[in-house]
Amino acid sequence: MSTYHLDHLQYLETEAIHIMREVASEFERPALLFSGGKDSICLLRLAEKAFRPSDIPMPFLNVDTGHHFPELNTFRDARARELGGRLIVRKVEDAIASGIAIPNPGEVSRNRLQIPTLLAAIEEFRFDCAIGGARRDEEKARAKERFFSFRDSFGQWDPKNQRPEIWNLYNGRVNAGEHMRVFPLSNWTEMDVWEYIKRENLAVPTIYFSHRRECVRRQGQWLPVTSILPPKPSEEVRELVVRVRTIGDIISTGMIESPANTVDDILVEIAAARVTERGSRADDKASEAAMEDRKKQGYF
Amino acid sequence: MPHSSPIPVDLLRFNTCGSVDDGKSTLIGRLLYDSKSLMEDQIEALERSADLTGGGQINLANLTDGLRAEREQGITIDVAYRYFATPRRKFIIADTPGHVQYTRNMVTGASTANHSILMVDARLGVIEQSRRHTCIASLLRIPHLVVAVNKMDLVGWSETRFHEIRNQFEDFLPRLDIKDVKFIPLSALNGDNVVDASPHTPWYSGPTLLGHLEGVHIGSDWNLDGFRFPVQWVNRPNRPQDPEWHDFRGVSGQISGGIVRVGQPVMVLPSGLKTTVQKIWTMDGPLTEAFCPASVTLQLEHDIDVSRGDTIVGLTTMPGVSSDLRARVAWMNTRPLQAGRKYFLKHTTQTVQAVVTSLENRLKIADFETEENPKELGVNDLGEIRVRTSRPLVFDSYSVNRLTGSFILIEPGTNQTVGAGMLFPPTEPIKPEYTDFAI
Ligand SMILES: Nc1nc2c(ncn2[C@@H]2O[C@H](COP(=O)(O)OP(=O)(O)OP(=O)(O)O)[C@@H](O)[C@H]2O)c(=O)[nH]1
Repeated sequence: MSTYHLDHLQYLETEAIHIMREVASEFERPALLFSGGKDSICLLRLAEKAFRPSDIPMPFLNVDTGHHFPELNTFRDARARELGGRLIVRKVEDAIASGIAIPNPGEVSRNRLQIPTLLAAIEEFRFDCAIGGARRDEEKARAKERFFSFRDSFGQWDPKNQRPEIWNLYNGRVNAGEHMRVFPLSNWTEMDVWEYIKRENLAVPTIYFSHRRECVRRQGQWLPVTSILPPKPSEEVRELVVRVRTIGDIISTGMIESPANTVDDILVEIAAARVTERGSRADDKASEAAMEDRKKQGYF
Repeated sequence: MPHSSPIPVDLLRFNTCGSVDDGKSTLIGRLLYDSKSLMEDQIEALERSADLTGGGQINLANLTDGLRAEREQGITIDVAYRYFATPRRKFIIADTPGHVQYTRNMVTGASTANHSILMVDARLGVIEQSRRHTCIASLLRIPHLVVAVNKMDLVGWSETRFHEIRNQFEDFLPRLDIKDVKFIPLSALNGDNVVDASPHTPWYSGPTLLGHLEGVHIGSDWNLDGFRFPVQWVNRPNRPQDPEWHDFRGVSGQISGGIVRVGQPVMVLPSGLKTTVQKIWTMDGPLTEAFCPASVTLQLEHDIDVSRGDTIVGLTTMPGVSSDLRARVAWMNTRPLQAGRKYFLKHTTQTVQAVVTSLENRLKIADFETEENPKELGVNDLGEIRVRTSRPLVFDSYSVNRLTGSFILIEPGTNQTVGAGMLFPPTEPIKPEYTDFAI
């Protein structure tokens, strides 16, 4: 093997940096979706690598469902401050109050309501591009997504009619009112993300590590006990040593029992894992096409 | 833990192609299933849909057919990417559609592959779509090809049939540009010769498909010869107060060919201005050298005019610089390509206006002969064209450098990507705008 060889992570990194710079050059008003989760933490590091010593030339955007893990929001705000970036937060609650997002009677989950909230934010700031941290290995509808994924003026994805995407020549052209979603981590796996976090020595929210938590058994999963959906007397509640593998809303994120305390522990745990990371998300289990349907409407 | 080994595990990116229903998606499902790369919840989901819709029979194709419309119709519409690793290698698979209508998506999946698996149905043998896909693989210069002769269970594991199909291929392969072709008899449905060797093919002594994929030697995709640096983004921190960054001016991009070293003389094209590389800046600290395909920021000695779309090159192995170009194209739009049509052309980091000045020929898939001076190139056609651009391109032949030798055509108005172009070698020596103006 020649010495002029990038290893796997270096290759994924240069691919993603190239994409970030294409976005900065080809779009007038791009934004970077930053939730504080592990994928978007990697995105921010890649943005630093792409643009330093200049400032990262786009604001960070987060849709707050009101059902976030509090640790996540604390981390999100601190990290954005540390990088000197502008963080824009749009809340589902406000979108409901102003009639942008309309809950079904009895609908507790905010999952669906994130979509109109996000699209309204894109319209409000006239963003023509939003960079997201989705990865193709997460889910099989995501496995179909391009790096540059076109959204029409309703924010919709048309999976049957995607633009061809050839070599690394990304077509970023959009007309007014349309926008692009761009996914620099498309080719990353869960393992790659953690290896990158380790190599770059990146801080992550504490909920990724093992901690004690009161959990309630629902639909075959241990969910955190919250005041939003308090346990019924019939439900089993236990205090467990757990961590999260993927972060969704606090009412739908399955906790996995785990002693993993460090990034190294997590790497060992994932290497031995027999279920996928999305196996712990109730929102994906709704139906085989749950993700595809949400994405068509404008979900991340 | 295999993933953290210090030795770089190299990565094979392959795609599956072939006609509708040859069994591409089934093969990938089988590969993942038999190599134990599937997780319990994925297997559960397969079983769940088998009970609902499959009469209890697991459909391995459902693993990659990720769209509802695909599962309903039992076909692949768009590329699905899957990731898996064995202790010997990491793999990125692109499952590409077989349907002629979705050839554009096949081109998408194949354009980043360094290995192709072409499937044929043993009952049907070589058909037009097998020829088209082999041809596209050759055009894209995918150096290695496996012909997977599938559904051998339906032809009674006949060795004679296997050799017939092999001969059909060998009839036309010499006309194409593929260096390494292997033939494997298999059944994706039952798993014969996919991961485990089949008891039904005592006459076949070669490797299983996975054995082959793990072992095949893949050379580097990257050209390390002539230095090429298409400028993506000018890096100028806007911090007038800060003495450290006050004067910083860098050009950021991804090296798309060769190696760059501090102190090296370089030229900016198309202008022809010369300067030297003062620093190679990265967030992780300065480098003394960097190579393709690293992303870096160069600081140049002189404060010259350089911006996005310019290419910085080394002074040996010069590229072509021209606005009159010859290229092979794969046409991907239902509105045909005709001489005189105007498009946006994106090449490296610049998008320019382009007019197609003539159509030189069209490849006839049936016999691999060419039709000269065709009136148009229709959807899924391959052919050679001439293009004139509003600004010169700094380019290499696609056969020498995929990154500086390729372009896409974008239709104005719809913004659809309608063509993929592969440039022929430059015919004249470079003519920079300022020939002997060196700083
Ligand atoms: N008997 C037999 N049937 C097979 C074999 N491989 C695939 N099939 C069947 O052939 C049909 C088509 O398989 P798919 O994997 O969906 O075909 P495909 O090539 O992915 O089709 P497109 O993606 O739409 O181009 C399915 O009914 C499979 O079960 C095989 O080795 N033997």
